[in-house]
Amino acid sequence: MKTKETLISLYTLADREIKRTLRIWLQTLIPPVITMSLYLIIFGEFIGSQIREIDGFSYMEFIVPGLIMMAVITNSYSNVVSSFYSAKFMKSIEELFVSPTPSWVIVAGYTIGGVTRGILVGLLVTIGSLFFSTFHIYNIFIVFLFVLLTSIVFSLAGMINGILAESFDDISIIPTFILTPLTYLGGVFYSISLLPDFWQKLSKLNPILYMVNGFRYGFLGITDINIFFGLIMLVIFALVLFCVNLYLIKNGVGIKT
Amino acid sequence: MNALNIKGLTKIYKNKILALDKIDLTVKEGDFFGLIGANGAGKTTLIGIITDLVVKTGGEVSIFEKNIETDFNEAKKFIGAVPQEINFNIFEKVIDILIHQAGFYGISKNIAAGRTERYLKQLGLWDKRHTKANSLSGGMKKRLMIARSLIHEPKLLILDEPTAGVDVSLRLEMWDFLKALNKEGRTIILTTHYLEEAEYLCRNIAIINHGKIIENGSTKELLSKSNKQTAIFDLKTPAKVKPLNGYKVDQIDDITIEVEMLKNQTINEVVRLLDKQGIMINSIRNKANRLEELFLSLVNNENEN
Repeated sequence: MKTKETLISLYTLADREIKRTLRIWLQTLIPPVITMSLYLIIFGEFIGSQIREIDGFSYMEFIVPGLIMMAVITNSYSNVVSSFYSAKFMKSIEELFVSPTPSWVIVAGYTIGGVTRGILVGLLVTIGSLFFSTFHIYNIFIVFLFVLLTSIVFSLAGMINGILAESFDDISIIPTFILTPLTYLGGVFYSISLLPDFWQKLSKLNPILYMVNGFRYGFLGITDINIFFGLIMLVIFALVLFCVNLYLIKNGVGIKT
Repeated sequence: MNALNIKGLTKIYKNKILALDKIDLTVKEGDFFGLIGANGAGKTTLIGIITDLVVKTGGEVSIFEKNIETDFNEAKKFIGAVPQEINFNIFEKVIDILIHQAGFYGISKNIAAGRTERYLKQLGLWDKRHTKANSLSGGMKKRLMIARSLIHEPKLLILDEPTAGVDVSLRLEMWDFLKALNKEGRTIILTTHYLEEAEYLCRNIAIINHGKIIENGSTKELLSKSNKQTAIFDLKTPAKVKPLNGYKVDQIDDITIEVEMLKNQTINEVVRLLDKQGIMINSIRNKANRLEELFLSLVNNENEN
């Protein structure tokens, strides 16, 4: 395909994915906002008011960036995994495979869909959090970099899950048994400096800790980890996951017989 | 130029099933080509390989001289495929399905919009353009897939049982539409279970059985190989038919008999022999069309061998 044709196919796929998210907004955009508002009310307002400040910020202010990131992570992931698996299930994925659309465009198109939903949900949760907490911005560039890279990483991870899934059960296994525990243990609700030494070390093996802390640093200027290391790790994750997706799509794993 | 050139194509599935066994096949540009075979004969696997939905085990496939091994993305631009099963997003609107498909071929929205209107009108779906695909009837869904396959104006159209489950009047309309497409110069490859469809539409036919091409040639040539046909005679009054000299007769019931005739035997002769027995005939019809009889005899011979 010529460059212009390739760009048209990328635009078409990304546009289709974004419109899908917007078309089913009651399923894609509203539920995470409600869930996160409940977290803010229960953990921030009711329980948080009993907890002392962390690094000079109220508990509510401390958990807001983590909750936004949690919404970005779960929604980027679930957008791509559900969209891709549904397309596989309905066989409409064949529309892409019979066309000359390059494999990287398929990966990029679905990723753009996931990133858009992740960021949209993140924005809505941020707006919702304004009802409960004061808005701080320490470094908008860091906020943007972390949210973008994190949503890319989890969109790509969701796509791998979608490609390899053989049933609807398979698309909920990873979010339930891996993603949710790692997110909850990734410093959304606490600073790892409060943990004993062993648990601090163990927590540092959790990649989501770096995403949550990097994002929180952009908002509040406080972190438990090295931001630069977090960024490098995200870039490496994104590259590796992109290559894995490219390999799977090129070889038609889970799609071609 | 050949629209399709296949050499030694083999497909063995993971469960060791040999779906295609060193197939050689050539389809000339502009041809209306029929691929006939029973369920599981290998037709859909063959189409799957040509359209990049099935990975071949061995052999070579070229589409308008573009080898799918080295130049599949270029080759894909020449192909429009209508699969057997519905494979579009049923939650999308008809118009969006076509515009998106055009986009995947790198066609801009402006051009796609014009083509969408043309093909939806030709296939009687223009009024349904803003309808979600899941609200369409079975026949409409088939027509939508045909419209979608044409959106990038392919030189080679591959249809996998396009009229299966479609009512008779719609089937006839689709035949006319496909004939017109072929007349415009488009090469068409059609797989079908309706052998009268293949006989009516196709200039050349290949018969595939257990992954092998067992017959390949012009429709006329194939039909001339048919050495017998069976006619059904409806009798005017109930009668017990005595053996007819040189003919295989099956009495179905009191007023129906089936007579198998070889190439050199005629209906006139059968009528004369029945007349001799004082039996009057109400009507005569073919038990199956000629291609069907040939197909069955070839497949049965092959299976016995």
